Amino acid sequence: MKEKIRIAAGQGFWGDLPDAPVRQVEGGPIDYLMLDYLAEVTMSIMQKQKARDPSAGYARDFVPLMRRIFPVCVERGIKVTANAGGVNVLGCAEAVREVARELGLAGKIKIGIVTGDDILDRIDDLLARGIELRNMDTDEPLSTVRDRIQSANAYLGAAPIVEGLNRGAHVVITGRATDTGLTLAPLVHEFGWAEDDWNRLAAGTIAGHIIECGAQCSGGNCQFNWQDIPDMANVGFPIAEASADGTFVITKHDGTGGRVNLPSVKEQLVYEMGDPNEYITPDCVADFTTIQLADDGPDRVRVFGIKGRPATDSLKVSISYSAGFKAVGTLVYSWPDAYAKAEAADKILRARLDRLGLRFDQILTEFVGANATHGSLTGKPSPDLAEVQLRVGVRGDDRKAIERFTKEIAPLILTGPPGVTGFAGGRPKVEEIVAYWPALIPKNEITEQVEIIEA
Amino acid sequence: MKVPLIKLAHARSGDKGDTANVGLIALREDLYPILVREVTAVRVKEHFKGICNGEVERFELPNLGALNFLLHESLGGGGTLSLMTDAQGKTFSTALLRMQIEIPDEEARSLLT
Repeated sequence: MKEKIRIAAGQGFWGDLPDAPVRQVEGGPIDYLMLDYLAEVTMSIMQKQKARDPSAGYARDFVPLMRRIFPVCVERGIKVTANAGGVNVLGCAEAVREVARELGLAGKIKIGIVTGDDILDRIDDLLARGIELRNMDTDEPLSTVRDRIQSANAYLGAAPIVEGLNRGAHVVITGRATDTGLTLAPLVHEFGWAEDDWNRLAAGTIAGHIIECGAQCSGGNCQFNWQDIPDMANVGFPIAEASADGTFVITKHDGTGGRVNLPSVKEQLVYEMGDPNEYITPDCVADFTTIQLADDGPDRVRVFGIKGRPATDSLKVSISYSAGFKAVGTLVYSWPDAYAKAEAADKILRARLDRLGLRFDQILTEFVGANATHGSLTGKPSPDLAEVQLRVGVRGDDRKAIERFTKEIAPLILTGPPGVTGFAGGRPKVEEIVAYWPALIPKNEITEQVEIIEA
Repeated sequence: MKVPLIKLAHARSGDKGDTANVGLIALREDLYPILVREVTAVRVKEHFKGICNGEVERFELPNLGALNFLLHESLGGGGTLSLMTDAQGKTFSTALLRMQIEIPDEEARSLLT
């Protein structure tokens, strides 16, 4: 057994710095690369892609990425865990296998495929059996949006990824798996942690939470002394250097920019936090109030003392459903009286929308440069502002009304207050809204499958 | 004297549906008790008047010198439903740091010099 396992995060979200994972495998010693691709509504996008093309439906970027890093990974013995499979895990795995073969790695690569998360075809059956899949935020039963559901996936934990690794996989690809599970699984596999070793499982989970947003724990979006954080152009993505006892160090490769220190790690720990006493995952319940941090030298923070409790008997389900349409239009008003002009333009626009008899579920006006982020906390806008962007958004079920709205923005330039510009982008686009429906499902309803294919 | 929270703390915020979370972290260990005493859920709710339409919950993390606030019904429906520029609540952190708290002059002098 290795004394320490180094797990590197390569993506904080689907669309993060494309070269970050390459730099993680090439920039210094690591044992695992973990890649989180799935935001809450990503699955619905993939479901649509798959409907158009049965070979699609996964994070396509993952395949060319593997082409770039496979040789180094094989040479250095680096394994990869990724939830890149979306709603077509097998398709993703086959594409990765093809790449391995093209690189002459046939016979050298095993790919683990984790499925069982997709419950889209089982919704009616579940509802019929009284599993209501109520919205965790609003408590509404799923039946209220039944005919608009686009995807439904249970969040799988570390266990099936561990099984894939135990069976020799070099790359484990999942669909909807928790980002923390992608980090925890290699630790369970390497150190042989028991499935009821709640403290260590919680430690691995928290390691995952810290690195899952990529550079957001190593200097990115860090408010503490942000001006002093060095070389952000070359920011290093985080690495969790874990020991068998459940303690770990957050660090990054030598020679990279950014900063790992107590404030940068604390900021990430509180990110998207709910009740810190119970951070619930499929694997355990982690207690964030037990986390101890210590400075461990430059760009190193030691994390220890973590306590966990038994996992619950439910899994979270992420359901996406079609929820109408929206569009956002913007114009920029300049000094003098930029704010007053933007406000006047908004009144004119709203009067015209009223006269057209257009109805929306919501209409929101913001004045970017004056109060779009902090609202009334900014106080009365100065008449000397250099410019203010008028930003008006509408939302509703009637696509025609939203489309009509998009035609009312540009005319304000010739039919409203002066000193206006900023319409180079053309008419606003009407966007279909895919909304997120979080729910719980009893664990015994979900059966994970693990399959290994060889290149 | 009145002191803005930005002199005492740093913060990061995020979203869960229509709820914004703000983690408020003391700049130094000895400033944490002031945050616990002064930055109550009631005051945070008052600070975000017109922005937070639901309840404010507060959790303490003495181990990190941090408080976590959940501001319910604050993100215009949240996620993709929201029309807000900041639909993910990312700037609620700095919005909270604008808050002014009252500290006895003597305490302020000893802690903030």
